[in-house]
Amino acid sequence: MWDYTKLVVLGVIAVLAAIATNYAHDLAYQVNALVVMLAAGLTFMWTLRTMDEPKRATPNEYMDGVVRAGVIATTFWGVVGFLVGVWIAFQLAFPALNFEWAQGILNFGRLRPLHTSAVIFAFGGNALIMSSFYIVQRTSAVRLWGGNLAWFVFWGWQLMIVLAATSYVLGGTQSKEYAETVWYIDWWIVVVWLSFLAVFMGTLINRKEPHIYVANWFLLAFIVTIAMLHVGNNLAIPVSIFSSQSVQVTAGVQDAMIQWWYGHNAVGFFLTAGFLGMMYYFIPKQAERPVFSYKLSIIHFWALIFLYIWAGPHHLHYTALPDWASTLGMTFSIMLWMPSWGGMINGLMTLSGAWDKLRTDPIIRMMVVSVGFYGMSTFEGPMMSIKAVNSLSHYTDWTIGHVHSGALGWNGMITFGALYFLTPRLWNREGLYSLKLVSWHFWLATIGIVLYASSMWVTGIMEGLMWREVDANGFLVNAFADTVAAKFPMYVVRGLGGAMFLTGALIMAYNLWMTVRAQPARAPVNANNFVPAE
Amino acid sequence: MCAKQVTKKPSEPVGTTGHSWDGIEELNNPMPRWWVWTFYATILWAVGYMIAYPAWPLINGATPGVLGASTRADVVDEIARFDAANAEIKAALIAAPLETIPTDQALMAYAEPAGASVFRTNCSTCHGSGAAGVEGKGYPNLLDDDWLWGGTIADIHLTISHGIRNTTDPDARYSQMPAFGADQLLEPAQIDAVVEHVLAISGQEHDAALATEGATLFADNCAACHMEAGEGDPTQGAPRLNDAIWLYGGSREKIKETVVYARFGVMPGWTGRLTEDEIRAVAAYVHSRGGGE
Repeated sequence: MWDYTKLVVLGVIAVLAAIATNYAHDLAYQVNALVVMLAAGLTFMWTLRTMDEPKRATPNEYMDGVVRAGVIATTFWGVVGFLVGVWIAFQLAFPALNFEWAQGILNFGRLRPLHTSAVIFAFGGNALIMSSFYIVQRTSAVRLWGGNLAWFVFWGWQLMIVLAATSYVLGGTQSKEYAETVWYIDWWIVVVWLSFLAVFMGTLINRKEPHIYVANWFLLAFIVTIAMLHVGNNLAIPVSIFSSQSVQVTAGVQDAMIQWWYGHNAVGFFLTAGFLGMMYYFIPKQAERPVFSYKLSIIHFWALIFLYIWAGPHHLHYTALPDWASTLGMTFSIMLWMPSWGGMINGLMTLSGAWDKLRTDPIIRMMVVSVGFYGMSTFEGPMMSIKAVNSLSHYTDWTIGHVHSGALGWNGMITFGALYFLTPRLWNREGLYSLKLVSWHFWLATIGIVLYASSMWVTGIMEGLMWREVDANGFLVNAFADTVAAKFPMYVVRGLGGAMFLTGALIMAYNLWMTVRAQPARAPVNANNFVPAE
Repeated sequence: MCAKQVTKKPSEPVGTTGHSWDGIEELNNPMPRWWVWTFYATILWAVGYMIAYPAWPLINGATPGVLGASTRADVVDEIARFDAANAEIKAALIAAPLETIPTDQALMAYAEPAGASVFRTNCSTCHGSGAAGVEGKGYPNLLDDDWLWGGTIADIHLTISHGIRNTTDPDARYSQMPAFGADQLLEPAQIDAVVEHVLAISGQEHDAALATEGATLFADNCAACHMEAGEGDPTQGAPRLNDAIWLYGGSREKIKETVVYARFGVMPGWTGRLTEDEIRAVAAYVHSRGGGE
């Protein structure tokens, strides 16, 4: 009966999408409608063909298929996202790479949101979803709640990524940074995200452990808050149900404030709290050491959750935003420094007594460097939120460097560590194909990040100083184009750093592939059975 | 790093919380003291800052802070300070007859940097931050002594004030070259001949026979504006053709393109967007770049 319901729903969606394709007002919408039609059609066919197959009831096993798919998706979108990033870095250094024949599709303005969304939501999102599914099962000692709902979350998220990517290059955007997706994709994100929340909450409620592990606090906070931020920032009225265009409910400085309330907490909850959840599981597991301090984890968790949500106004210093909001954004950012560092301390100190592993285990090395970059960027962030510093750093490449030392260093490295940790376990393999390749990845990525961040500090501070330079009569000394020309060498260095990071990721993809293909299977040690509560 | 210390297990004595998740335990270590005190210090600092500066929203406005600070007032003050300091020299710049400005050292000491700043902000988009224009794209180089509409400071002042061929300023400089090919004023063969003549007078490689034929056509069709020898006429914005400086490129193909389709370079008028003292300053700056007449 359930299968028939699915078939009817999928059929109706495919037909509606076909109608929408026909009436589309713009190309982005039309292509998106076609993608939806195709997705619904393929799922319809698949459902139809698998209807007669007996359903395997495996309630006593962890649901790892969806995590395996997540590992593949994370790796794939990571490589795609880094590749686009390297490309647009070179487009900035060499504008001729904005080819005439590709104007309006592959120029910097179209590819930039593709890059940011690919790395944050496709790479980061898949990493978070698959880690959440893995971690919540292991630390709750139960199978994921909701049956195939987890698969719906996985495929729904991939569909969102394809819709977003195809609409960006065709000009479908609502022009909000990190929230460029147009209104109907926003709605779809809500559906997928609430399903994600349901799977996660359902599993937690079913747990066989008496307490909820700290990683799950962070993951739950991340899921709940992102749902709230996403809905709040995307309140918009479509101009037509057949158009990708919409009008924001708020306007002017209110809209800007809501955008950065969202934007800052996308960093705070997506890229910080969520990844701290990953950190709290994968570091103790890989190091085989207990977490350093339970008390610290409680205090820094609640402090982080409470303080982060206030920090958004620091993105709008010296704008139409009132002074009082600026003050709150800045002071809460400063107070956020130590709560952020609580995670770093707990991550690093978990290794005390196991520091020797840094020499022998490149995965641990990756995780430690990740936490190091986390500590560095969570110090840099509060510093940049100080108005006096911000008046120099704002709108410059310093911001880009800051974001990337966090994104490449912290989010990238901890995800790579998690992928190296998970792949042999999920595919039941005798360890990784090559630890030497992990070392290569580690050094390429680390040196790449250092090149990226330091070149952006240099250009950022340089252009900040050039912009504000005035003569004795108060006249500007430099033209904007002068600052652009002066940045050229650093733009090349930045591109090279990105290329090294991408090369490392390609090496990882090869290593993971070979782990699954060529490594001998691990002797079955009831790997897939529950670890009972103690 | 700490290979020799691995035998030390400092965290063990504190014990764990007694829970275990998938083999992960948690130690009962206290929070590091320095962490706690730094956290308190940032909170204290934040509270102090909130007392000192505008911070909490109320029904009508926000708490003003005991220092009475306001970033908007700061900007207004700073602008007023520079305006007051520059008021006298600005008035002198406006009062001075235009042609005396370039030789007035006191005025130029102000007008040069002021004009440079105005130029970088408003003019560099087309003319380049060094005022060298964009060769072949129709953005004139302002550093040479080849002037389309005249290079005296009064000419430059007029051009900046009202612009060229724009539709917004009735006093804009205006002239229009006919599209000899597109409007079929000349046969294709005649256009080729004229092009060879232009190549000849600008000292480039050319077909001598065609150029001779072109000379007559040039005299009949082009000389009214570009003058007999192609020396151009700044009173109607007709460029000089007998030199090596080209606004839209001097190759055979580019000259032909110009003759066939004509050109229509537009510059906005700046009256209203810039104040009179700013226009005078930037006129003096451009005039002083090397080619001023």
